[in-house]
Amino acid sequence: MSQAATGVAPALAWRSPWLAAWALMLAATLGLWLGKDLWPWVVKYPRGWVVPLKGWIGDFMKWLINDFDLGLFTFKEFTRGIAWVLEWPQWLAKGLLAKGFKIPTGEDAFWLTPTLSWLGLVVVLSLLAYRIKDRTLALLIGFCFLYLAVFGQWDSAMITLSSIMVAVPLGVAGGLALGIQGYRSPRFERAITPVLDLMQTVPVFAYLVPILFLFGFGPVAAMIATMIYATPPMVRVTLLALKTVPEEIKEFGRMAGCSRRQMTWKVLVPAARPTLMVGVNQVIMLSLNMVIIASMIGAGGLGHDVLASLRRLAIGEGLEAGIAITLLAIALDRLSQAFAVTSPAGRHGQEGKGFVARHPYLIFALAVLLGATLLGLVVPGLRDYPEAGQVTTGPFWNDLVRWININFFDQFEAVKTFLLLNLMIPFKRFLLQMPWTAVVAIVALAGLQLGGWRLALLTACLVAFIALTGNWEKAMITVYLCGISVVFASLIGTPIGIWAARNDRVHKVVQVAIDTIQTLPSFVYLMPVVMLFRVGDFSAMIAVIAYAIPPSVRYTDHGIRKIPPALIEAARTSGCTRRQVLWKVQLPLALPEIMLGVNQTIMFALSMLVITALVGTRDLGQEVYIALTKADTGRGIVAGVCVAFIAITADRLIGAWARRRKQQLGLE
Amino acid sequence: MSDNNARDPDGGERSVKLACEAVWKVFGPGAEAFLAEHGGQVGDELLASAGLIGAVRDASLDVYEGEIFVIMGLSGSGKSTLVRCMSRLIEPTAGRVVFEGQDLLAASEKEMIEIRRHRMGMVFQHFALLPHLTVLGNVAFPLEVQGVGRAAREKRALEVIELVGLQGREAYYPRELSGGQQQRVGIARSLAVEPEIWFLDEPFSALDPLIRREMQDEFLRLQNVLHKTIVFITHDFDEAIRLADRIAIMNDGRIIQIGTPEDLVVNPATDYVAEFTHDVPRAKVLTAGSVMTAVDGVASQAMADVAGRVTADTRIEALAAEVVNADKPFLVIGANGQTLGLLTREAVLAVLVGGNRVR
Repeated sequence: MSQAATGVAPALAWRSPWLAAWALMLAATLGLWLGKDLWPWVVKYPRGWVVPLKGWIGDFMKWLINDFDLGLFTFKEFTRGIAWVLEWPQWLAKGLLAKGFKIPTGEDAFWLTPTLSWLGLVVVLSLLAYRIKDRTLALLIGFCFLYLAVFGQWDSAMITLSSIMVAVPLGVAGGLALGIQGYRSPRFERAITPVLDLMQTVPVFAYLVPILFLFGFGPVAAMIATMIYATPPMVRVTLLALKTVPEEIKEFGRMAGCSRRQMTWKVLVPAARPTLMVGVNQVIMLSLNMVIIASMIGAGGLGHDVLASLRRLAIGEGLEAGIAITLLAIALDRLSQAFAVTSPAGRHGQEGKGFVARHPYLIFALAVLLGATLLGLVVPGLRDYPEAGQVTTGPFWNDLVRWININFFDQFEAVKTFLLLNLMIPFKRFLLQMPWTAVVAIVALAGLQLGGWRLALLTACLVAFIALTGNWEKAMITVYLCGISVVFASLIGTPIGIWAARNDRVHKVVQVAIDTIQTLPSFVYLMPVVMLFRVGDFSAMIAVIAYAIPPSVRYTDHGIRKIPPALIEAARTSGCTRRQVLWKVQLPLALPEIMLGVNQTIMFALSMLVITALVGTRDLGQEVYIALTKADTGRGIVAGVCVAFIAITADRLIGAWARRRKQQLGLE
Repeated sequence: MSDNNARDPDGGERSVKLACEAVWKVFGPGAEAFLAEHGGQVGDELLASAGLIGAVRDASLDVYEGEIFVIMGLSGSGKSTLVRCMSRLIEPTAGRVVFEGQDLLAASEKEMIEIRRHRMGMVFQHFALLPHLTVLGNVAFPLEVQGVGRAAREKRALEVIELVGLQGREAYYPRELSGGQQQRVGIARSLAVEPEIWFLDEPFSALDPLIRREMQDEFLRLQNVLHKTIVFITHDFDEAIRLADRIAIMNDGRIIQIGTPEDLVVNPATDYVAEFTHDVPRAKVLTAGSVMTAVDGVASQAMADVAGRVTADTRIEALAAEVVNADKPFLVIGANGQTLGLLTREAVLAVLVGGNRVR
């Protein structure tokens, strides 16, 4: 932001010295590369110089768990205590939905209480959807939950749902509390911002190991990992929501004489509710996104089913469980979105009536749920969906894949080989041969040009950290895979976005499509890709591209639609054809927004890349994954932080560019 | 004429409700120290050279008990900042704000909360209604914050809702109401605590012209009943003329002139003020007293031969038809019945026809 005053004219004048600087940089890079025999260290970071950070972290972790004593109890007892507290709500939710409660009836005997009836739940949730929105939503919700029952996913789904039901409220409350604190104290906000950045960019795998050590294997540890992953957006949304409450409303609160607490809970939070609900929605979606990863440390449920089938390459079963997660995600997503827009309207003249009269739906819903559950004691079909009615499509998918592989193997193989040989491998070689010193310098120069010396220093340090900790080559492979995927994703996503921006019907279809795609857990992408292309970089790339397209589409569409209509009209009036309007007005003005879309694409790509380590890439993701399987805390965290630093570097550089460009265009 | 009733007729000694003394609001780093260093008097260039922005500069004014005091200025003139300095929504950089003899800038945050809760009310340009509360909930909100029980606050809220003519809409949400209705809620809400001083920050600017007019009438009707001390902010000079007992004109953070609408029209202090008054329909502003030929300029026999009598503070608009149709002049008398001068048909015609300077 230090270039705030840079107008259009100085920007033009700036261009030529920067051009010279870049030419110089190119020459220097070439020079460094040619001189690789003279000074090998400038090209390849010497092994002997690696800072043993991972060892230090590992030792610290060991000390924390084994020797750290807080006086009355040890640190490990403390964290296990937290786990014990968190276990109670989970026990309750699970008891209700999935497992029932054991009530002892004698020495070794007990009576298992029934779980809530599946039919009762389907009916009640549909009713809820009907109450807060309309019949379409009710049908959708009913369909989603019926799928779970019919395809035999009900029990696993209820385990997953019960941990979501606990993790989401906790995540929302925690995020809200941190957000409010950040809103009240700018210093606190400054302190948590980098932490949030890290929490959102460090791959989840990296902190699974320490969580495992601290909280033990099981659903609670999984829930804590989920919360770490899902809370940051809530903090950010809360901050944003509170800041965007209209100034007048804040002033009114002060004029009414609100105390600080009254101001927060009676004015700010209720006034910001619609935006806050976006955060709640985010927490729900991210929690569901974590379902599979969380099952690696004992969450169980649908995630476990997917992971197990993926390991056995049982595509059909995995797909069914994956779809179950997706449907659960879609159901919860639409429900929470409907909550966000509904408000307690349409209740005129209901004051003074009794509780029952005011909440007919609630009473009815509870009655249905209770009735169906009690009836389930007599009629087993109400308690558990009858097995005879279950369907599975597993064999069909397995056959389909087999058929495709038999009939189209050559075509797929040809495309794969062509791209690998002509694009991917050369690019990978190029990156691996880049002198690391040159990369640091290039990033610093870009930072200097886009955001001044502070940004230059930050990005250079972030990149240098990767070399210092000995992850350079793996990081370059990450950059190569990520870079290629992002280019493809943008090449596919941007035109779709442009199309959607210029055609309302396409816009609607595309919106629904990307909303759905974004609710798919990332693992789901891996399955068909592995089925068709087997393991390797190419499969990883395809999965990453598929996962990373939506933000590119969304931002392009949004960026073009956001352009003031007066500008378009002005262009039309000057006689521009539709094509000219697009190329001369819409695209230049939307470019900053499109670039922010690219930025998001990079973030998505990086988070997916770590998961693709499961299909055999050799990048930082693999490093993290190996650390997870070896329970090596230090190695995982350092590699994870390296991924985060790549993400943050890209984010800061692109962000700085987009900001500057927006200022030049007068869009901010 | 309802607005005549709202005015204090005799201009006698009145108690000051709220006073601003040399209030400054300067934005920028080190503003306070910079002002103190220069003894509280800084020129525009000096401020600019220090990288500071003076939103309110050296503003002094007295608001009298029971009057409608309008602060008029274009956007960026500092009028909204000034009114926020009066309630310390914005902390003034220098100066004093005295409310009923108490220096508000010396009050603690706790005291300010008490003062705002019980003695001040404010209406906002964009209504600032809480979207999650009904009309009833919004109006009762200031009482709720004070800790008034539900039954009591809702009873009071219903009273004020009725006062602004919204009975029957208690259970509506703000977004279900039109702009004019929303501002009625805003007005009711600010009156719920029976404030001693009532701030209105461009309350009608966001409304359509027709509704605006209706709301101005409504506002005058309310003031007729309530006799509040009012600080009213507007950028619309016509609105200021229509509502004000006195007007302060602001430009670039400074108060340029304070006076009655008539003062401003007859004796604009600067060309800037004259620009505003230029297009004002004079008949609505000028009184018989300012248009008449004074007693000492008229032969005494002429004084006897008149068509009738008018008081000096009558607006020309109200007597024009009568004077123009009469073939003799009217006698202008003061508040105590003393003879002040003669009002001729020519003088009235000049006001009605000639757009420019009177006399």
